[in-house]
Amino acid sequence: MEHANAATEVTIHHEPAESTKRIWKVFWILLVITMVELGLGLSLYALDLPEGLRMHLIKGVIIILSLAKAYYIVSVFMHLGDEIRNMIMTIVVPLMLFIWFILAFIYDGNSYKNLRNKYDRYYQERGVQQNQLKKETKPTKFGGKD
Amino acid sequence: MMWYFLMSDSFTFGAFLISYGSIRFSQNYWPSPSYVFNTFPGAGETNLPLAFVSLMTFILIMSSVTMVLAVHEGHHGNRNGVVKWMAWTIVGGLCFLSCQAWEWTHLITSEHIVLTDKNTLDVIGQTMSGNPWGPAVDPTTITQALAATPVEGLAKIVHAHDHSHTVQQLAGMSRDQLMGMINMNELHVTEKGPIAFGGYFFGITGFHGFHVFSGVVINTIMLIMAKTGVFDRKGHYLMIEKAGLYWHFVDLVWVFVFLCFYLI
Repeated sequence: MEHANAATEVTIHHEPAESTKRIWKVFWILLVITMVELGLGLSLYALDLPEGLRMHLIKGVIIILSLAKAYYIVSVFMHLGDEIRNMIMTIVVPLMLFIWFILAFIYDGNSYKNLRNKYDRYYQERGVQQNQLKKETKPTKFGGKD
Repeated sequence: MMWYFLMSDSFTFGAFLISYGSIRFSQNYWPSPSYVFNTFPGAGETNLPLAFVSLMTFILIMSSVTMVLAVHEGHHGNRNGVVKWMAWTIVGGLCFLSCQAWEWTHLITSEHIVLTDKNTLDVIGQTMSGNPWGPAVDPTTITQALAATPVEGLAKIVHAHDHSHTVQQLAGMSRDQLMGMINMNELHVTEKGPIAFGGYFFGITGFHGFHVFSGVVINTIMLIMAKTGVFDRKGHYLMIEKAGLYWHFVDLVWVFVFLCFYLI
């Protein structure tokens, strides 16, 4: 009974000859991507960019790199890439909802901020003040004392 | 079925992270992660932004690799290989949890001097109800606030820089004595930051940490089952594969937690 049950859940039998080379290759890819992400994260800190296009560009690149990492983990480590196409689709298609969720909720948060700034003068002035102070606070040297 | 469970779990994590994003976008000010996460165990006050979390990320990726290797050995029906790589995966999971324990303890017990709403100074850590990561305060405001701070507050400030006396001992001293012990040049004061930061940070990394913990428990059970030959009798190592799926999912979630809290 147990055997029969287990067998129904196997959608594909992986080739036992698959070498560990691919696994290590993906490990190096993940490691390099993480290093690049860290480099970009630290450059955000070192350059201390003002809120603007360049800062959003760097953050955008970091997000895309993270998605690439997610792709490698799911497709190679989790072997989803080796499953049959319809199985992949039942997993991936519902996750498309996230695109809408992210856009909608972030837009909502942003609009809440704008409304508050518009109708609550104190809140708005405070925000301007805080961001002004933030800009004046230069980051400590890496490895230096806090 | 494992895949559908993981899909539902990813919606839970996704909802948490999106709610965090929504709140973050609704604030005028949000602390940048390089200022918040800049310490390393044993390095004291040295400014090492993102160094410790890089180590945690590396540990988790590494344990994901050892997990694939365990699954790989399972395909070949190699019991000793499975046991070896499962053991390493568990070690990786435990290392990650220990790192997280240190990070949490450090954030909660750290002593940061902040400007309160009453324009006095106070010492707080990063908790669910307090956030010390606001912008820095200028020297004139610090001097004024210091004069308005009660003795208990001054005692805490002295204690934050110098642990040779307890707060109780310091609180017994006179105001002038305490003021003499405060070095104005070393005094780094910030405003309070958004309170929501603590709840989201501890909530989401805690929920992820709980997943790591349950993954370690599942992996330990799998290790024992593999060691005692249960899978050899069954004739396949499918259970290892499913535990592996869960473990990779934990790694996958960390990619996004790392992204949302530490990088951007």
